[in-house]
Amino acid sequence: MVKENKDFSRREFFKKTGVIAGGVLFASLLSPLKAAQSTEKSKSDDTWYGIGLDIEKCIGCASCARACKAENDVPKEPFFFRSWVEQYTITNSGEVKVQSPNGGIDGYKQPVPESEIFKTFFVPKMCNHCSKSPCTQVCPVGATFVSPDGVVLVDPNYCVGCRYCVQACPYGCRYIKPDLGTVDKCTLCYHRLKKGMDPACMMVCPTGARLYGNLRDPKSEMVKFIKNHTVGALKPNLNTGSKLYYNALSQEVH
Amino acid sequence: MPVQVKRLLIAFAVFIALFLVARHFLRPATFGEYGHYRGAALKENEDRPIKYVNMNETCITCHDSIAAVRDSSVHKSINCQTCHGPGYKHVDDPQKTNIVKEHAREFCGRCHSKNPARAKVIKQIDMNEHNKEDECISCHNSHNPVLW
Ligand code: HEC
Ligand code: HEC
Ligand code: HEC
Ligand code: HEC
Repeated sequence: MVKENKDFSRREFFKKTGVIAGGVLFASLLSPLKAAQSTEKSKSDDTWYGIGLDIEKCIGCASCARACKAENDVPKEPFFFRSWVEQYTITNSGEVKVQSPNGGIDGYKQPVPESEIFKTFFVPKMCNHCSKSPCTQVCPVGATFVSPDGVVLVDPNYCVGCRYCVQACPYGCRYIKPDLGTVDKCTLCYHRLKKGMDPACMMVCPTGARLYGNLRDPKSEMVKFIKNHTVGALKPNLNTGSKLYYNALSQEVH
Repeated sequence: MPVQVKRLLIAFAVFIALFLVARHFLRPATFGEYGHYRGAALKENEDRPIKYVNMNETCITCHDSIAAVRDSSVHKSINCQTCHGPGYKHVDDPQKTNIVKEHAREFCGRCHSKNPARAKVIKQIDMNEHNKEDECISCHNSHNPVLW
């Protein structure tokens, strides 16, 4: 038995569908709203930068921290850093001690007598240039973003200094520039990259503990580094899509 | 259509029109070129000045004898500017005053002082024992430090 349904005729259904589809199409053509929902593809699909840091090669000289401050006009005081080095000491009883006097620039002391040390090493730190970066997601004005080649950058002319991103970064890689009141962070020396030079921290490293490269190029040093070592990222549980890969990363490092 | 709905619609239309006009004037020109940000910011980041210059194109052309010494020594992996600081001023106008020349024991100690955390790739000395009266450079040539 077929029951006639007066409210839903086929003709009416098509009509309504047509109207809705047409409306959506029309709305998508409204060009002034384009920026807000831009789906334009990035212009350089072939580069996607990643970073590799080798804990087994780091000697904790903090040349990277010094060079970064000089290259990028990072204020010497208060103690802000784009790149710094931490000394981890794990005692025989399992206690974890971390120190980083002035980001490593002031030199390290070992507070634990050698007989009590289970393991000790340096961990160089910098921006993870996350692909799903929490810091860019919270920006209310679009002043921080992931560049088409995968570098997280700041637009100081557009930043309002609200500090949301400073709070959102789980790695502590952002600070407010005291003179401008806008946020600042590691740019992977974008100004050098684009001129074919290595970032300052990598140029001055005496042991080659730092490298960067194109993750999408299977022949790059970066991809080889990831393949040839047992690499790990910091705080993988936060799903930040970190592109900073450490060789010989211990569980204790956070 | 009831009159109050009509008025409300007019109010909405006026509001949206004002919003679009304001947006047109307040939105920076390159906003949305690549994503939800000012496209020009990429160029601005790119245009910042370089301070650590290309060593091969600068230092080595003038200081070729020192470079040759360094190139055949254990310090060959170290960039001149790791020890001497950024060279952009010195390269434009070579003066003694605009480049760093370290001589303190602590300077060599940055890399060579004994610390169990230091990777085994580097030879370490106890700063309080290894010839503690003298500066390192009075015995070791900083560009070719091996003495034997
Ligand atoms: C255009 C040639 C030139 C270039 C390029 C150059 N230098 Fe020099 N440099 C000189 C000259 C000339 C002096 C000696 C200055 C003097 O005696 O007043 C000097 C002196 C020095 C000194 C000694 C300073 C002192 O206090 O005695 C150091 C260290 C140095 N240069 C390092 C560098 C480094 C590192 C670079 C690369 C970034 C570099 N130079 C590039 C010409 C150059
Ligand atoms: C391991 C650190 C280190 C590296 C790498 C290094 N230098 Fe030096 N350099 C020094 C120190 C320390 C002195 C001061 C030594 C002295 O006065 O005897 C010095 C002195 C100099 C001087 C002055 C020499 C003089 O007679 O006064 C020049 C010029 C110089 N360096 C150039 C270079 C250049 C060019 C390079 C790169 C090829 C380079 N250095 C790499 C540590 C370094
Ligand atoms: C930026 C870090 C750095 C600085 C600063 C530095 N060195 Fe070195 N030094 C190294 C590295 C890296 C090696 C190579 C290690 C290796 O291959 O064994 C090395 C090797 C040496 C060696 C050879 C050790 C061996 O037996 O193989 C001596 C000696 C030495 N340095 C002395 C000095 C002196 C003296 C100074 C101060 C003028 C100095 N270094 C400053 C990084 C540094
Ligand atoms: C009085 C001269 C003298 C002074 C000053 C001096 N050294 Fe040495 N150094 C030597 C001699 C000789 C050797 C090689 C013999 C040895 O291994 O003890 C040596 C060896 C070294 C080695 C290699 C150690 C190894 O295990 O092979 C390093 C690294 C070193 N010195 C660094 C330094 C540093 C850094 C300073 C300054 C804090 C310094 N030296 C000051 C004379 C000196």
